[in-house]
Amino acid sequence: MAEWTEEITHVAGTDLAIIKGGQGKPLLILHEELGHPGWMSYHQALAKERTLVIPVQPGMGKSPKVEQIRTVHELGLFYLWALRELNLGPIDVLGFSFGAWIAAEMATADSKAFRKMVLTAPPGIKPPDGDIMDIFAVTIGVQLNATIDDAEATPEFRKLYGGERTPEQFEAFEDARTETARIAWDPILHNPSLPYFLQGVRGLPIQIIWGREDAVVPVSAAEAYRQALANTDVKVTIFEHCGHRPEIEKGPEFVKLVREFLA
Amino acid sequence: MHLMYFTERPYRDVPEEEVIRNRSFFGVPNRFYDPEAGARLYNEYLDEACYAEEVGFDGLMLNEHHGTPFCMGAVMNVEAAILARITKKARIVLLGNPLPVVKNPVRLAEELAEIDLISKGRLVPGWVRGAGSEQIFNQANPAYNREYFNEAHDLVMACWTRPGPFRWEGKHFNFRYVNPWVLPYQKPRPPIWIPGVISAETVVWCAKHRYPYVGLGTALQSTVELWNLYGQTAAEEGYQAGTENFGYLQQIHLAETEEQAQEQGKAALFGGGAANFSRPEWTLPPGYNSKEATRRLARQATDYGFLGITSEKLKEAQSGDVRHIGLPRDKKDTRARLRSGQISIEEAKRKIYGNYQKAQDGLQIVIGTPKSVIPKLKLIMEVLRPGILGLFQAQGPLTTEQRTTSVRLMGQEVLPAVREIARGLGIVDPFEREPGSRPYTSGTGYEPLVDLEALKRAPKRDESVRV
Repeated sequence: MAEWTEEITHVAGTDLAIIKGGQGKPLLILHEELGHPGWMSYHQALAKERTLVIPVQPGMGKSPKVEQIRTVHELGLFYLWALRELNLGPIDVLGFSFGAWIAAEMATADSKAFRKMVLTAPPGIKPPDGDIMDIFAVTIGVQLNATIDDAEATPEFRKLYGGERTPEQFEAFEDARTETARIAWDPILHNPSLPYFLQGVRGLPIQIIWGREDAVVPVSAAEAYRQALANTDVKVTIFEHCGHRPEIEKGPEFVKLVREFLA
Repeated sequence: MHLMYFTERPYRDVPEEEVIRNRSFFGVPNRFYDPEAGARLYNEYLDEACYAEEVGFDGLMLNEHHGTPFCMGAVMNVEAAILARITKKARIVLLGNPLPVVKNPVRLAEELAEIDLISKGRLVPGWVRGAGSEQIFNQANPAYNREYFNEAHDLVMACWTRPGPFRWEGKHFNFRYVNPWVLPYQKPRPPIWIPGVISAETVVWCAKHRYPYVGLGTALQSTVELWNLYGQTAAEEGYQAGTENFGYLQQIHLAETEEQAQEQGKAALFGGGAANFSRPEWTLPPGYNSKEATRRLARQATDYGFLGITSEKLKEAQSGDVRHIGLPRDKKDTRARLRSGQISIEEAKRKIYGNYQKAQDGLQIVIGTPKSVIPKLKLIMEVLRPGILGLFQAQGPLTTEQRTTSVRLMGQEVLPAVREIARGLGIVDPFEREPGSRPYTSGTGYEPLVDLEALKRAPKRDESVRV
């Protein structure tokens, strides 16, 4: 039996591709800015006890673009609407990079939609030290390479996105980059209002995870998130010798941390 | 025949090794900019434009680029406004204002109207999407490039043709009180021409708007295809396209003797030429090209594009992907090879200038005396039958005297010969016959726009060579 399925669901006024796999209580996963990276080891591990629900962001993969979504906050509102229609709340959520930013925006709009939230290296807040990488002004190769601290020590890095280039995969990357640029080009991958609104998040335990050597979103932003989320329980874990993808760079530790937090 | 003079107004004092090291004109750090040189060059280019008018050009073409020594026309409309006052009869042809990077199209409509008024109706505005690098430089979202272009275009047109005051509530632009007091001199509006490199979308858009399309040095074969696409679209729109709908721009350098011309003309390859306009990541930012355009670019052989938009650039942008992740940078990367000492600046230069003859053979650049250059221009005119021909003074560190001589020879010998050739070919320009003014009779087939027999005589372009 296949470990996961992908189905097109009509929800929140549009078609939406949703990848599902595993068993147990649902866990919402919001993927990163290059799209769903494929079924990786961490998916496999988490799927043993949770049903992973991975919506493919509108404008990426098989999900059609929703022109009315013009900001990341609006994308968050879209996902909240989808969760209501799918009767999935309150749900645990695990976000990666751009997907974690979306999750943070969702929390500002309706923190009661969630039970617990894991944010992995989100952009969204301008880091106090260093800049968020301008992923729109580099090639895909440079962007991908920048996500990992030590490629040689991360065998799964080569399995991302199916592991080899095809014209279809290139188009999928371009679609994802175009859609991310469309809603997060200016300001560069952050929302100046987000820290203010994060103060309004209450009663939602949040685990923030970062790699010390993150070259895409500087680790200083972890503390900025913690400070902004002043009115809810926040735990910050920083992995040493780790870049922007702790989920594969520190796979077992990452999975352990997430499982314990969500338990 | 409308003959126009064009120069990119290059900043000629930039160290070539910095351009090569940067692998791009765009992005060369501005610590290499000397205001003394800038002041001298701006004034020199204005004088040169006046001289071009004096020797007989009908039009003076300007363009706009940002953040690059390749072209000093960062604010082209300022130069156009000065030319409006200091020239007498030449058309001032702006190819073009990069609409997607303009934050306030109403102000643009006012600027252009002022230029048209000061020049007493000599302005020919044109619109471009802007190179990829202009989107980066101007913080213009490339994913909305086409939408910005279309809406800014419609808003400028509304400013010029719709009685004010009115409210504009579009997707990207909102103006509560549009009522520009300054309106163009020409009625109902100035003529509009559109330059292009390889975009079929742009060609179709031009044909639908009946705007002449000016090919920027594109390979003859692909230009022929695009112009047939224009003609077909025109027929669908109910009009017969003709020479008045097309223009072509050719890079050229003239000198008194062949030897001098050959020696001086190498300047066109300075810093790698237009192939080094910008790096792949700046040439094709996300969403800048439609999916269809990107697919087409991937399919076709490398084409010469003034903005460096080539299938090669696309391949470079695609490379280093998941297959390469975690590996050292592409070994073909000149910057990386320069940095690692695998090749020297001198070797990189040898590679660039090694293509000089091939670039001439393929007509990427036309270099010589009037006697050797005129037959080449004749061939281009026979194939493409353009009503507008732009002569683009070669790029690079030519001296002022060399440039002036080139312009003089264009005026004294090339322009009269080209006019004669145009008469023989029955070529008329957009001022002699209004583009889109001839009805097309359905089912008759549109008149041939190009000469395919002449195309057979045209040299094959080595697509790997770009200037």
